[in-house]
Amino acid sequence: MSFKIYIPGDAAALSVGAERVAKAMAEQIVTRHLDATVVRNGSRGMFWLEPLVEVETSRGRVAYGPVSADSVPSLFEAGFLEGNAHELCLGPTEEIPYLKQQERLTFARCGITDPLSLSDYISHGGYRGLEKAIQLTPEAIVDEVTNSGLRGRGGAGFPTGIKWRTVLKTNNDIKYIVCNADEGDSGTYADRMIMEGDPFVLIEGMTIAGFAVGATQGYVYVRSEYPHAFRALRRAIAIAYEKGYLGVNVAGTGKIFDLEARLGAGAYICGEETSLLESLEGKRGQVRYKPPLPAIEGLFGKPTVINNVISLATVPIILDKGASYYRDLGMGKSRGTLTIQLAGNVKHGGLVEKAFGITLRQAIYDFGGGTASGRPLRAVQVGGPLGAYLPESLLDTPLDYEAFAAVKGMVGHGGIVIFDDTVDMAHQARFAMEFCAIESCGKCTPCRIGSTRGVEVIDRIIENRDRAGNLELLDDLCELLTDGSLCALGGLIPYPVQSALRHFPEDFAKPSPSHAIHPAEKVQEKQPWR
Amino acid sequence: MNGNGQSWDADRALARIRELEHLPGALLPILHALQDEFGYIDKAAIEPVAEALNISHAEVHGVITFYHDFRRTPPGRHILRMCRAEACQSMGCEGMIRHVEDRLGVKLGETAEDGSFTLEPVFCLGNCALSPAIMLDGKLFGRVSSQVADFLIDDVRGRP
Repeated sequence: MSFKIYIPGDAAALSVGAERVAKAMAEQIVTRHLDATVVRNGSRGMFWLEPLVEVETSRGRVAYGPVSADSVPSLFEAGFLEGNAHELCLGPTEEIPYLKQQERLTFARCGITDPLSLSDYISHGGYRGLEKAIQLTPEAIVDEVTNSGLRGRGGAGFPTGIKWRTVLKTNNDIKYIVCNADEGDSGTYADRMIMEGDPFVLIEGMTIAGFAVGATQGYVYVRSEYPHAFRALRRAIAIAYEKGYLGVNVAGTGKIFDLEARLGAGAYICGEETSLLESLEGKRGQVRYKPPLPAIEGLFGKPTVINNVISLATVPIILDKGASYYRDLGMGKSRGTLTIQLAGNVKHGGLVEKAFGITLRQAIYDFGGGTASGRPLRAVQVGGPLGAYLPESLLDTPLDYEAFAAVKGMVGHGGIVIFDDTVDMAHQARFAMEFCAIESCGKCTPCRIGSTRGVEVIDRIIENRDRAGNLELLDDLCELLTDGSLCALGGLIPYPVQSALRHFPEDFAKPSPSHAIHPAEKVQEKQPWR
Repeated sequence: MNGNGQSWDADRALARIRELEHLPGALLPILHALQDEFGYIDKAAIEPVAEALNISHAEVHGVITFYHDFRRTPPGRHILRMCRAEACQSMGCEGMIRHVEDRLGVKLGETAEDGSFTLEPVFCLGNCALSPAIMLDGKLFGRVSSQVADFLIDDVRGRP
């Protein structure tokens, strides 16, 4: 009898010992003379259960977790290869409520297949989207994406189809597809999971985009903080070339599509699309003026589709199942699914792909199980470092672009960072300004100078020096940043600052600076590494 | 990640530049290659890189200094990157960072005098469901406490 064991090779799983587990498993297989193969799959996205080991049984896949290297011998003794009981047994993987209650479209294969097996990819529905696309005219592909209602999952929520149509209509021999994999928002890891757990879906999505707009060259700009994802993606690209899914004759169509993965160099601003393009061109990652839009004058001055990883990785299933299949999920103008990422002080942190419309409370409690510390939840930051801090009273806000805009927040890339009642919101507001000061590209004055002034003003508020006057000054500064910044970094940094002030004013009204910032954290002293 | 520990070598640097100079937008790939090779980018790299790409010295210098990743001095034997972004803050990374700073006698952004460690801040390692996260010599660790950090530091130092 031959057995199949799945041990994630995902960076997060490795960060809690998946490699040691794999080694221990391999030893047991040898010692016990077993006929068993180990597949290094992506993560299912239930990180509190990592390393999550699965075995293939007659009842389907059965999960065990979190598995430590020490528990491996006992698993074999309990007969886990047949799916037998063990204290770590979680039952059939697909029946785990966290997974069962999701609508996994973009993440349909993540954690199930061997990420670097093209045959696995194809036997699980891969390249069906491209097959459909091959039979369609470029206009029809763009129509399909437009009709699906897909909006940019990087954070801005701009309709993907409209971007593509603009590029399609340009008259230029050279066009580019650029994938923004500079996933810099704290609390997000969906892009990383796709690149590590199902990289071919991104390659397929970019190939379809190339066919749709007439581009023959693609680039994936991966942040350098993701060395593991970068290696996985590079290997997948090499395999796709080898098997004829990239290059001069993609899937036997005679069409060209080349793809290269490039590494960023640790600059948050390069997640901004024009700054990313500058960086790809080999320059400082400084934001460009718009117009011209990248769709008209993008990479190397040519028309460029620039989309987030999740947007592009969602294209194959839209083409495969049809626009209406995707559009029928969701609420209002937010169609399809959102890849929610539960992060920070949360008991059951992980990836939850759900149709738009579930509330923050459902995400945090029904899936997340509340705080990891067990203390009361006090604040959640949704949408990364530029997203608003929301109090408990706003947890019934549905995850929907417009509903979040209505409470002066943003869905962004879908990251939700949870804080318990030990959080000091004045400190968080100060951090937002500090982060902006460190990561500002320096092109526009409001962001470059305003962020540093913002840190100073918040320090004075915390220290109770002319508090009323400085609160007014901060308000004024935030207005300037919102209206006067060139891009979303300076333009949105008032979100976390002002939401902290609006919802948690008591943290800015403490009488003595007992919670004063550690001197080492003064922003001026933080600058030397720049 | 820390380079091979060898000192700057103009010939080897030039060889790496030659391998990549044909790429469109070759500057970042070249700078990464040089840093992979030597652990940092020596001032002496500016001239051959500028020449290979037909750009000014100022442009090369500007790019090196713009990006947090690029180092202009050799790093320690081990590089410890500690996340200080929001998700890790919510799980107490700030206390852990202070602990490690005290332990190693350096602040974030500095290299220990004995050349053992370089401590670097990082904003998000994408391990936010398993905060706090750190990266030691390119290897990611999740749910790290001060005690775990101590253990990892001792471990790479080759001490019990």
